[in-house]
Amino acid sequence: MWNYLKLIILGLIALLAAIAANFGRDLPYQVHAIIIMLVAGGLFLWTVRRTDEPSPPTSLEYMDGVVRAGVIATAFWGVVGFLVGTYIAFQLAFPSLNFEWAEGFANFGRLRPLHTSAVIFAFGGNALIATSFYVVQRTSAVRLWGGNYAWFVFWGYQLFIVLAATGYLLGATQSKEYAEPEWYVDIWLAIVWVSYLVVFMGTILTRKERHIYVANWFTLSFIVTVAMLHITNNISIPVSIFGSKSVQLFSGVQDAMTQWWYGHNAVGFFLTSGFLGMMYYFVPKQANRPVYSYKLSIIHFWALTFLYIWAGPHHLHYTALPDWASTLGMVFSIILWMPSWGGMINGLMTLSGAWDKLRTDPILRIMVLAIGFYGMSTFEGPVMSIRAVNALSHYTDWTIGHVHSGALGWNGMITFGALYYLTPALWNRERLYSLSLVNWHFWLATIGIILYASSMWVTGIMEGLMWREVDANGFLVNSFADTVAAKFPMYVVRGLGGVMFLAGAIIMCYNLWMTVRRVPAKADTPAMAPAE
Amino acid sequence: MDRYTILREIADSWVLLLMVLFFLGVIVWAWRPGSRSIHADAGDIPFRHDNKPAADPVAEEPKK
Repeated sequence: MWNYLKLIILGLIALLAAIAANFGRDLPYQVHAIIIMLVAGGLFLWTVRRTDEPSPPTSLEYMDGVVRAGVIATAFWGVVGFLVGTYIAFQLAFPSLNFEWAEGFANFGRLRPLHTSAVIFAFGGNALIATSFYVVQRTSAVRLWGGNYAWFVFWGYQLFIVLAATGYLLGATQSKEYAEPEWYVDIWLAIVWVSYLVVFMGTILTRKERHIYVANWFTLSFIVTVAMLHITNNISIPVSIFGSKSVQLFSGVQDAMTQWWYGHNAVGFFLTSGFLGMMYYFVPKQANRPVYSYKLSIIHFWALTFLYIWAGPHHLHYTALPDWASTLGMVFSIILWMPSWGGMINGLMTLSGAWDKLRTDPILRIMVLAIGFYGMSTFEGPVMSIRAVNALSHYTDWTIGHVHSGALGWNGMITFGALYYLTPALWNRERLYSLSLVNWHFWLATIGIILYASSMWVTGIMEGLMWREVDANGFLVNSFADTVAAKFPMYVVRGLGGVMFLAGAIIMCYNLWMTVRRVPAKADTPAMAPAE
Repeated sequence: MDRYTILREIADSWVLLLMVLFFLGVIVWAWRPGSRSIHADAGDIPFRHDNKPAADPVAEEPKK
């Protein structure tokens, strides 16, 4: 019965998308309508072939297929995102890489949002969905709630990524940083995200453990907050139902404040809370020790949740934003230092008594490096939010360096650690294909991040100082183009850092692939065997 | 008073107080007497059901 309903819905969607493609007023909208038509049509055929077939019995095992797909998607989008990032880094150093023939599709302005969204939402988002589905099952001791609903979340999210990415290249953007997709893509993401929340909540509500493990608290706050941020920041009215352009409901400084309330909490809840959920599960598992202090993890959670939401205004120092609001953002950013380092200490101290494992286990080394970068960038962030420091650092490459030490160092490395842990576990392999390749990945990524961050510190501070330099008569000494010329060597170093990080990720993909293909399956272990 | 001023008044008086009290309550609750064994049990959750879901509901009562 459900299949017949599905067929009707899919058929209608395909028909409406065909009509929309016909009446579409701009290229990205038409391309998107065609993509949706093809997806709905394909799903229609797929459903037709399955209708009235006996359905397989419901499994009582964990639902790991969707996690496996998530691991593959994470690795794939990661490489795509890093590749685009490295390419645009070289576009900045060598502007002739903005080819004439690709103008309007593959110039820096079009590729930059593609890079940020690919790494944050495609790589990071898939990593979060996959690991959270894995962790919530293991820590709740139940199968994922809602049957194939989890697959809807996975494929719906991939569709969102494809629509967002093609939209950027073709020029559909609402010009809000990290929230560029236009109105219909936003609506689709809201539907997928609420489904994610429902699957996750359903699993927690049916759990067979008495306590909700702390990793799930972090994941839940990430899902709920991102839903709230996404919907509020994307309140807009489409100009036409047949066009991609929309107009924001808020305007002026209200819009700017809403955007950076969203923007900073995307960092706070997407890139911090969600990934802390990863840390609180995979670090104890890899070290084979429970988290250092469970009490501290509870305080960490509540402190982070209470404080982060106020930090957004520090993105808008010296603007039309009222002084009190920007002071509020600054003060809360500085207070945030405390819970952040509490969490870092909790993660690192989980290894107390097992520090020797760092010598033999490169995966644990990757995780520890991630926690180290978490501590470093959550120290740098509060410093940069101070108004006097921000006067120097804002609009310079220092910001870009800060973002990347957090994103590559913390988010990237903890995700790599989780992927190295998950792949043998999910494909039932007894070990990874090669630990020495993990070592190569570790060093390439580490040196790459260091090259990236240090070159951006140098160029950012240089740029800030050049912009504020005045002569004896109070005239500015340097033009903007002077700073651009002065930045060239640092831009090349940054690009090389990106190449190394990308190379490490490709090595990882090879290693994971060979783990699945070549490593013998793990011998059957009794279900109730103690860990290790 | 306009809506902004009213909301502002509520936010920086009662709501602020409630949030601070809630946060302090969380800390007190985490350190309450007898929480040690519960937390030790909770910290152990990742090591229990690696391969298979639990067989029966609420299989793992915390050991007192």
